[in-house]
Amino acid sequence: MIESIPVTTTINRRQFHSKAGYQRRKMTNVVMLSITGFLTILALVPLFWIVGYVIHKGGQYINLDFFTHMPRPLGMAGGGVLHAIEGTLILTILAILFAVPPGVLAAFYVAYKPNTPLGIAVRFGTDVLAGVPSIVIGLFGYALIVKNQGHYSALAGGIALAILMLPTIIRTTEEMIKLVPQTLREGSLALGAPEWKTALSVTLPAASNGIITGILLGIARASGETAPLLFTALGNESFEIGKIVQGGLAGHQSIFTILGKILEQPVDSLPLTLWKYAQQPFPERINQAWASALVLMILVLSINILARIWVQVRTNRMQGK
Amino acid sequence: MGKPFLKTANSPTWMRRLHRVLNYGDRPWNGLTVGMAVLTILVMLAIGVLLWLDSTQARAKLGWNFLSPTLNASWNPVSGKFQAWPFIYGTMLTSAAALVLAIPVSLGIAIFLAELSPTWLRTPLSWLVELLAAIPSVVYGLWGIFIFLPTVVAPAGTLLEKTLGAIPVLKLFFQGPMPASGSSRLAAALILSMMITPTIAAVSRDVFLAIPRAQREASLALGATQWETIWQVLIPYGLSGILGAIILGLGRALGETMAVTMVIGNSIEGSLSLLRPGYTMSSIIANEFAEAVSQLHTEALVEIGLVLFGMTLLLNMLARFLVWQVTHRNPQERRA
Repeated sequence: MIESIPVTTTINRRQFHSKAGYQRRKMTNVVMLSITGFLTILALVPLFWIVGYVIHKGGQYINLDFFTHMPRPLGMAGGGVLHAIEGTLILTILAILFAVPPGVLAAFYVAYKPNTPLGIAVRFGTDVLAGVPSIVIGLFGYALIVKNQGHYSALAGGIALAILMLPTIIRTTEEMIKLVPQTLREGSLALGAPEWKTALSVTLPAASNGIITGILLGIARASGETAPLLFTALGNESFEIGKIVQGGLAGHQSIFTILGKILEQPVDSLPLTLWKYAQQPFPERINQAWASALVLMILVLSINILARIWVQVRTNRMQGK
Repeated sequence: MGKPFLKTANSPTWMRRLHRVLNYGDRPWNGLTVGMAVLTILVMLAIGVLLWLDSTQARAKLGWNFLSPTLNASWNPVSGKFQAWPFIYGTMLTSAAALVLAIPVSLGIAIFLAELSPTWLRTPLSWLVELLAAIPSVVYGLWGIFIFLPTVVAPAGTLLEKTLGAIPVLKLFFQGPMPASGSSRLAAALILSMMITPTIAAVSRDVFLAIPRAQREASLALGATQWETIWQVLIPYGLSGILGAIILGLGRALGETMAVTMVIGNSIEGSLSLLRPGYTMSSIIANEFAEAVSQLHTEALVEIGLVLFGMTLLLNMLARFLVWQVTHRNPQERRA
């Protein structure tokens, strides 16, 4: 099929045939093409600037205490951000628990029935959900959980992050399921295995690497976000899992009670701590903000790079390159 | 493996039952996948519905006056006077300025990646550009406050104030005084432009890659140079897709919160200028929501969130439609 496109020719005959015109066109070509290359380099300047500076600055203030100690009172040097690291861990685990099972199942539906009304709606919905501002998801988490429970909690933060991860997980999983050769699935069905068994024990293992990649990308996105946590997890400088567990064990409480206690408290996360510390007038806090930025950046960028390499290798192998 | 999957003869009743359930598990499985698919759509709808319900009082009390353009708007949580125009204006101005800066750069990257770069360089370069989008927003903000604002934004702002600030009409948008710290709408716009460049570049690269090879070959065979091919054939061909990419970038710019809140200076003033501190819709929510003083204050902020949600929703739908139009025009001729 040949599409007709509007002809916008601006070259007249004399320009085209004369030597000067030809050379001018050639010059324009070279100049404009070099500009595109220059712009590509220009866009990468902030990347190297930010990464380089954060490594330089954060590297000076990072030490073992930073990872293993709770924050000291304002104005005192030393201490760490153990509370934020534990909080990030809990929020991420919650987000994975809430986002992965629904995301993977929905992706199975979309991958096998992409052209049904529901399939189209889900693909469109995930695209749109991916574009919803994270602060709006924070407001949603507040309205859905915090307002009904009456207090800020890790649970609300986890759910907000899960909503943020959901589109990434559905999208990658769908792509990965589609990459699994159709013959594999047909072979399993022909042997008499039911659809669900084929999905769980043939398709899912074959696509598992890619799905894990999708989950990793989702984690990278969620663990760097602050806006959805502002009014859900809120922040909590005295959050310490060790203390809660010890207290619970001393009082002979069951594991579920202790777990419930952890989940119902407000928690901090690394980006949230970074945001708060960056606005405080104390130099120690600002230094710790740089160190948090370094940890956060290493976490997010390394997950991203690993996941991408993994996908690339996987895709190449599956396409038989 | 050796045993057949179905082994009902001679086995105990419970095993037979189990097998029956396992073999007819397709119905629950299908139900589960459909249910989860529906759930994702429900989440989408629930966001809109909950924000709508939670701003009922604000919508009733404040009316359209809340959103209408005005020069001397008041935002006073204590006396209960709320007008959102300064934030809407701040969002529109910073996003528009960010787009003006980001469009040429992103198109340059897209053209370079899709048309010029050798194949071995394409993937690593694309990755680097996309990593720019992976850096957490707060890290942009921290770097912005301590490094970018003093070294780049403050001097650039002062320069703009002296040059463009003296021209009659432009004066409105480039009026000083530029704050010495650099915290201003200009700072927000510059950081936003860095954050949306990867989005626009990646999507327009895909649009260029989806243009059939025959279009390029026909143009080159007619004697056009490579640049003329790009400018006169490829860009018009992929225009709606590129437009979609730009709108996607705009959607990101409108909703970006943390980095903007950290560098924009957070002040409510009547100025229209890029060189003055301001607020955006997302940054006012981030700053005031957790410490809202009254029910009406909370609801006014939720209403701002609702407007933001509506804006990004419409833009996203439009953008996806435009991109889809180009990439699905002739799928059998895709180049890469």
